[in-house]
Amino acid sequence: MGAESSTPRPSRRPFGRAGATALRIAHFLGPWALILALWYGVRYSGFFEASLIPTPVQVASRLWEMLIGGDLAWDMYMSTQRVFLGVILGTACAVPVGFLLGWYKGLRSFMDPLINFFRALPPIALIPLVIVYFGIGESAKVIILFYAAFFASVIVMYEGISQISPLYIRVAQTLGASDSEIFRKVIIPLAVPHALTALRVALGVAWATLVAAELVAAQQGLGAVIQDASAYFQLDTIYMGIICIGFIALAMDVALRRLTRRALVWQERND
Amino acid sequence: MIEGAAMSQHNERIRFENVSKVFDTDNGSIQVAEDVSFGVGDGEFVSLVGPSGCGKTTMLNMVAGFMQPTTGSVLLDGNPIQGPGSERGMMFQDYGVFPWLSVEDNIAFGLRLRANRVSEARRKEIVDHFVELMGLTEFRRAYPKTLSGGMRQRLALARSYAVNPEFLLMDEPFGALDAQTRTAMQDLLLNVMGEVRKTVMLITHSVEEALYLSSRILVISARPSRIRRIIEVPFGFPRTAELRDSAAFADLRSEVRELVMQEYAAQESQARQKQTTGQA
Ligand SMILES: Nc1ncnc2c1ncn2[C@@H]1O[C@H](COP(=O)(O)OP(=O)(O)OP(=O)(O)O)[C@@H](O)[C@H]1O
Ligand SMILES: [Mg+2]
Repeated sequence: MGAESSTPRPSRRPFGRAGATALRIAHFLGPWALILALWYGVRYSGFFEASLIPTPVQVASRLWEMLIGGDLAWDMYMSTQRVFLGVILGTACAVPVGFLLGWYKGLRSFMDPLINFFRALPPIALIPLVIVYFGIGESAKVIILFYAAFFASVIVMYEGISQISPLYIRVAQTLGASDSEIFRKVIIPLAVPHALTALRVALGVAWATLVAAELVAAQQGLGAVIQDASAYFQLDTIYMGIICIGFIALAMDVALRRLTRRALVWQERND
Repeated sequence: MIEGAAMSQHNERIRFENVSKVFDTDNGSIQVAEDVSFGVGDGEFVSLVGPSGCGKTTMLNMVAGFMQPTTGSVLLDGNPIQGPGSERGMMFQDYGVFPWLSVEDNIAFGLRLRANRVSEARRKEIVDHFVELMGLTEFRRAYPKTLSGGMRQRLALARSYAVNPEFLLMDEPFGALDAQTRTAMQDLLLNVMGEVRKTVMLITHSVEEALYLSSRILVISARPSRIRRIIEVPFGFPRTAELRDSAAFADLRSEVRELVMQEYAAQESQARQKQTTGQA
């Protein structure tokens, strides 16, 4: 058992170590090179007037300008903070609520229509109401993000929980576990992966809702930057803002995925 | 009369008393047990053999306390079984090894529960013992995802054994294993049983396995299931691998196989009948 075959296997790296590194870099940069190529392709294809599509170089220099000369770093910070708050609060509520909905089938069939009703409402449509009840301060923006994060992650959570196999609970019971022990020692470990997935989904949705949230009289933030730019038709700034949002969201997702993998080493996965 | 002899030797622990079980499903109700009565004595090793879907798992679930009979009762030491308990260890058809715990934490799981708490030193001792007995030493800190099917099976056995249950309820524990591993697991089980004798109910489709391990075999008929025959296995314990090659073993094996084949055939013809009447 566990004995390795002694016959030498053909190397899985036909190009050697340096080749492997080069391959990894190519793998990492490939998608970005592709999107840049597409960008240039569209720009020079003549479908749109060239002045309507800034080149990547223009956008990059705009980024540099606003980072050095402007408040871009501050805008990034403000947006990240809002998203972070919305996601933390949203998931903190979604995890227990989703857990209860997943666990109690009766409750789930009762609440399902409501959840799907609210989930379908676009956050932008709620802005007037949020302003009426919460004003135009920081809390109004966080509430919109909270809303989006909560409804996206609560569904992930309860779908996951409702699929927990009763087998493990039965095993624990035959070993003598009490209900509270089953909860602490079986259900919680099985719920953690779903809570982490819910967090990830919430993060994605919150970034996607950011611009809408910052429609609420925001002075700072990437959404505000984009809106200001659109008022003055500064296309390169709009592109830059969008790209910043995408990259920050990507970075946070990668970090969260790393964390998840470390926390869930026991999981079988095919990657 | 054979049963009478067995009962005088053992004091009876588990009793099925006119047990019937009916499941109501969307396609009507299924009767999986009809007026089943039998007893399991202390320290007995009883195998249940019968066609697929006849209700073997259901019977074991009633002993484990996961299900109640529709009529009749399942008794443990004379009292109706209300729910699961740590004195009745169950090994499930699909292992149920906890994937989030390492091998040693899986074995220690039961020992950390209030119901069977032991000192840390004692826990370590028990875990060490079973890790070694089950040949899992190299993997003691590994997660189940890296274990083979046979190793998971051994781990599930160790986990059940660690809390020292009086009863072991085993649902086709070796069904998924290859022939060699299966034989090894059977011998391991006999070994472990030699250390501490337990009362066992084992479900299997293998007549050979049932004969090799048990003191009694219940042959169950196709649905609605009844006890078709009770076979006393005349071989004493401890048993060794030579038993398998003996002429007496071979004779009994073909006799029991014949009987079981009839039941499997009966079920098949039943199914075919149902199909043709359904099409008409
Ligand atoms: N919870 C349930 N609800 C409805 N029907 C059930 C339920 N559990 C089992 N059954 C039905 O009862 C019958 C017996 O099931 P059981 O699992 O006890 O069979 P088995 O003898 O263990 O079969 P196998 O050898 O294939 O494991 C099957 O027809 C099954 O569909
Ligand atoms: Mg079964």
